[in-house]
Amino acid sequence: MSSVLFDEPGPAAKRRNAVLTVLGAVLVLFIAFVAVSRLHASGQFEGRRWEWIEYEGIQRNLLRGLITTLKAFAIAAFLSIVLGLGLAVGRLSTRAWVRWPSTAVVTVFRALPVVVLMYFPYLGAKPLLDTSIPLLWCVVFGLTVYNGSVLAEIFRAGVVAVPKGQQEAASAIGLTRAQTLRIVLFPQAVRAMLPTIISQLVVVLKDTALGFVIGFQELLFEGQGITDESRFGRPIIPVAIVVGAVYVVLCSLLSLLATRIERRSGSAVRRRPGGFANGIPDADAAPLPSA
Amino acid sequence: MNVIIDNADLFWAGMKTTLTLTAASAALALVLGVLLAACRVSPVPSLRIPAAGFVNLMQNLPLTVLFFLIVFGAPKVDIRGTSYWTRAVLALGLYTAAFVCEVVRSGINTVPAGQAEAARAIGLGFTQNLRLVILPQALRSVVGPMASTLIALTKNTSVAVGFSVLELTSVVSRLNEGGKAVPALFGVALCYLVLILAMSWAFELLERRVAFAR
Repeated sequence: MSSVLFDEPGPAAKRRNAVLTVLGAVLVLFIAFVAVSRLHASGQFEGRRWEWIEYEGIQRNLLRGLITTLKAFAIAAFLSIVLGLGLAVGRLSTRAWVRWPSTAVVTVFRALPVVVLMYFPYLGAKPLLDTSIPLLWCVVFGLTVYNGSVLAEIFRAGVVAVPKGQQEAASAIGLTRAQTLRIVLFPQAVRAMLPTIISQLVVVLKDTALGFVIGFQELLFEGQGITDESRFGRPIIPVAIVVGAVYVVLCSLLSLLATRIERRSGSAVRRRPGGFANGIPDADAAPLPSA
Repeated sequence: MNVIIDNADLFWAGMKTTLTLTAASAALALVLGVLLAACRVSPVPSLRIPAAGFVNLMQNLPLTVLFFLIVFGAPKVDIRGTSYWTRAVLALGLYTAAFVCEVVRSGINTVPAGQAEAARAIGLGFTQNLRLVILPQALRSVVGPMASTLIALTKNTSVAVGFSVLELTSVVSRLNEGGKAVPALFGVALCYLVLILAMSWAFELLERRVAFAR
């Protein structure tokens, strides 16, 4: 689209663009220079602030944190999809006493911050149930109820976008409502919404880091442990860079998968003009902003 | 219920901090996000590529890590005299700017190509084209997605509870010390529910008002 915004540049425009390109580069380099010199001047690049990377014990702690993060992600992702499917079926139900509670649950949980949702089992279990719930399950609870509700809306949007003829044809050959959903509508909806579903799973992965707020021993928490040690000069910025890089790589891989699938299904549509994929909403339903 | 009434001032103080956090970081995110979006669609590669890089970075970095970097890291690089609140605004603003950028950019993409072509045909340049033709249309179709971005921002302010900002969520941990966690939890949840649902209702109203037939 951006190419439609401006003409094929002529000589004058080319010259102007070249000047702007140089100015832009200077601006960007200047910002980078200020940031790096600031980091350098305050000694963030000193060897002792990065030494910790070589310590085996610290590597083991970070690895343990990473595994904990991935564990929380895997459990929460699985449970969110299950809950999402359940709530989507509930919201699509023809019975009002099923539909209304599902709608209420989805509305309420989407309106609450994930941190608050994690606080419920974290601080509420003791007075209410007289036991404490392991932090892993507090995190999983918060992630699951929030992302399950969001996924329910994604599944529902996918089902609604399937052409009406599909459902009519299913009823015509005598399938029940449940059979129609299971055999005809959901497979198409999930396929169409797969990129959006994966984008939401990226949100689940990112949001595992919210567990840090309640002291869940995930990657960032293990990283913070290093910053308490004065022999490394309390390396907050080096740790943030390393931990951030790990998250960025993990999330980028997952996002890449989403774009791959999007591109693949996109080409499938082109090869099959007039196929079912016509009714699919385009991607400006956009990856929902994360919580 | 009594707990909520007895501590109304605590709830109100928390709510105020949440609201100021939201307003300040929303302002930062909107300004920065629109600038980033302009960079991302511009014919200048030295602006387009860093803007795209920044957006990708923010979309794949957990907000908690960014908070950790900015709130705990700022004093380490001798940036002093900023409060926790200011640093939280910076983290939230930078993070949300990337999402604002993507919303504006997808808004630009919803404007039919013919509009831009017609603008060019009557001799408008890139900035005129963007300012007079594309953005007025794009910003209208962007109200819905922008609303969800700002609502997400409002909920994201709760991350600040882990970084010494006494916003709404922090009321729970403060009342927890007096053994009143459960009513506090429900009170805070109710506050967020009212705030978020009011916001989405107001944005829906706005969306309907600026809607136009194409």
